[in-house]
Amino acid sequence: MIEIENVTHRIAGRTILSDVSLELEKGGIVALVGPNGAGKSTLLSLVARLLPLQSGGIQVDGLRIGVAADDVLARTLAILPQELNVASRLTVRDLVGFGRYPYHKGRPTSEDTALVAHALTLFDLDDLAERQLETLSGGQRQRAFVAMAYVQDTEYLLLDEPLNNLDIGTSRALMEQLRNLAETRNRTIVIVLHDINYAAAYADRIVALKAGQVVADGPPDQVVDDGLLRRVFGTDARVSLIDGRPVVLV
Amino acid sequence: MNAWLGLIALAVLASLSLFVGVIDVWQADRHEVWSLIRDSRFPRTVATVLTGASLAIAGQIMQQIARNRFVEPMTAGTGQSAALGILLTAMLFPAASVGLKMVLASLAALGGSLVFFAIVRKLPPTQPLLVPLVGLIYGGVVGAGVTYVAYQADMLQFIGIWMNGEFSGTLRGRYELLWLAGLAAGLSYLVADQLSIIGLGEAVSLNLGLNYRQVVFLGLIVISVVTGLTVVTVGMIPFVGLVVPNLVSQIAGDNLRRSLPLTAMLGAALVLAADIVGRLVIYPFEMPVGTVIGIFGAVAFLWLLYGGARLAR
Ligand SMILES: Nc1ncnc2c1ncn2[C@@H]1O[C@H](COP(=O)(O)OP(=O)(O)OP(=O)(O)O)[C@@H](O)[C@H]1O
Ligand SMILES: [Mg+2]
Repeated sequence: MIEIENVTHRIAGRTILSDVSLELEKGGIVALVGPNGAGKSTLLSLVARLLPLQSGGIQVDGLRIGVAADDVLARTLAILPQELNVASRLTVRDLVGFGRYPYHKGRPTSEDTALVAHALTLFDLDDLAERQLETLSGGQRQRAFVAMAYVQDTEYLLLDEPLNNLDIGTSRALMEQLRNLAETRNRTIVIVLHDINYAAAYADRIVALKAGQVVADGPPDQVVDDGLLRRVFGTDARVSLIDGRPVVLV
Repeated sequence: MNAWLGLIALAVLASLSLFVGVIDVWQADRHEVWSLIRDSRFPRTVATVLTGASLAIAGQIMQQIARNRFVEPMTAGTGQSAALGILLTAMLFPAASVGLKMVLASLAALGGSLVFFAIVRKLPPTQPLLVPLVGLIYGGVVGAGVTYVAYQADMLQFIGIWMNGEFSGTLRGRYELLWLAGLAAGLSYLVADQLSIIGLGEAVSLNLGLNYRQVVFLGLIVISVVTGLTVVTVGMIPFVGLVVPNLVSQIAGDNLRRSLPLTAMLGAALVLAADIVGRLVIYPFEMPVGTVIGIFGAVAFLWLLYGGARLAR
């Protein structure tokens, strides 16, 4: 379980998150939605200890952020940040291999190598495995980083806009993988999405954030409607039900 | 395969280094040759190899930490700070032992690199060329400080040795400190993975549970020890740490576990070659290796800068 208690975050006097409290149950996909600048990335970064906590508390699986050891956390929770401007000459295989670092600390076992090979296949990276990152397209690079987070093999996976740059086929395949992880292995996945239709189709729960506050929270069919789009996103798109699932007509 | 070619090239250069010089080893008398090789040519060759290898590795580590391919210790203030440390030591503790000099030079180098990284941290990541530019200016300022202090203290003739490296004074008993530099650089291989990961940035490092600050500090210590010891024993040699890691990254990529040995080999080969050239070019006089590499390196640096947009991270 991820417990976020009264988290407030300020940057340069501006309040980015104000008194956010959330409990995310173990197992399942939670989609975090909200307009640009709502504080989604900030919240994920705080949970993943990429930013220091200013006030309030966060616990992941009983591990208190800011107190728990870094390497223990690295085996509990993985994050794919929104922006990684990496133009490295690492190969895709090496990059994905570093996802196992929390376990092998520099001495990969045959099990690590096998897991990496499996992930490369799973994310359709076999043909790119020996290519250097800087020679990849945006979407290919994104896939490599998703694969790296995947091999970290953690109970909790935080993904900040993983569908960035991905085509529709790859996006759906990735969401299917995540569903599979949530259902067969009881993994907890928190994913920032801008496309409400993806959130409605694949998430068990949608949390909407606006101006640093939680403004809606619940299963997709209860949360996604015309009102949400108007209140949270300030747009007049219609929502219609198709096969019992809310679909935004863009 | 490549590794074998490199080793053979290195062996050829090293043997050349043993045989090139004012005294012709084929003409001279046997005993004379033996003592020449033992006391001068062999130490000089070993010193050259150790210096080249460790400076190239220090450059590669610095580039990983800065996430910028255009920095290296000797042009970004670390070398100049080491020289400042040695100068101040010579002024304040004229009787200081070599060991103390070495420690103080390394500490000064560490201080100098910490200041450098504190400055470049604030630079916008969208302007990668600002980092080496600020480094050059910062190195220039510290270097000017060294000259000023030396001038005031009437010690200008000393700093000439530290500011422009050369191996002509390398004799048995006067170069052995460089083994420590080589050792420090070699030990970095133990944390090759960690150094590769910090090159991916702080977020990725934290996510993988790496103690980012600790690895950076470890890297800075290697850089400072290598720089401090090199400046104390042979003086500043620019560009090795810049050109070699760039070449290696192009050839072998950025996984340090794979590329560090190549970096060491190429660095050693470059400095060996430059030293041999320096001995031959105005024979029977010598041109300091720092000057030879300075000329070659300046050209290579410009080439890197022009290819810059493509190479920059
Ligand atoms: N380093 C920073 N300095 C100043 N303001 C910042 C900083 N980082 C974030 N902010 C501000 O915090 C607010 C929330 O940012 P955050 O990145 O969390 O938004 P987001 O919901 O992820 O948006 P997006 O959908 O565009 O990714 C924004 O208004 C942003 O301008
Ligand atoms: Mg964001």
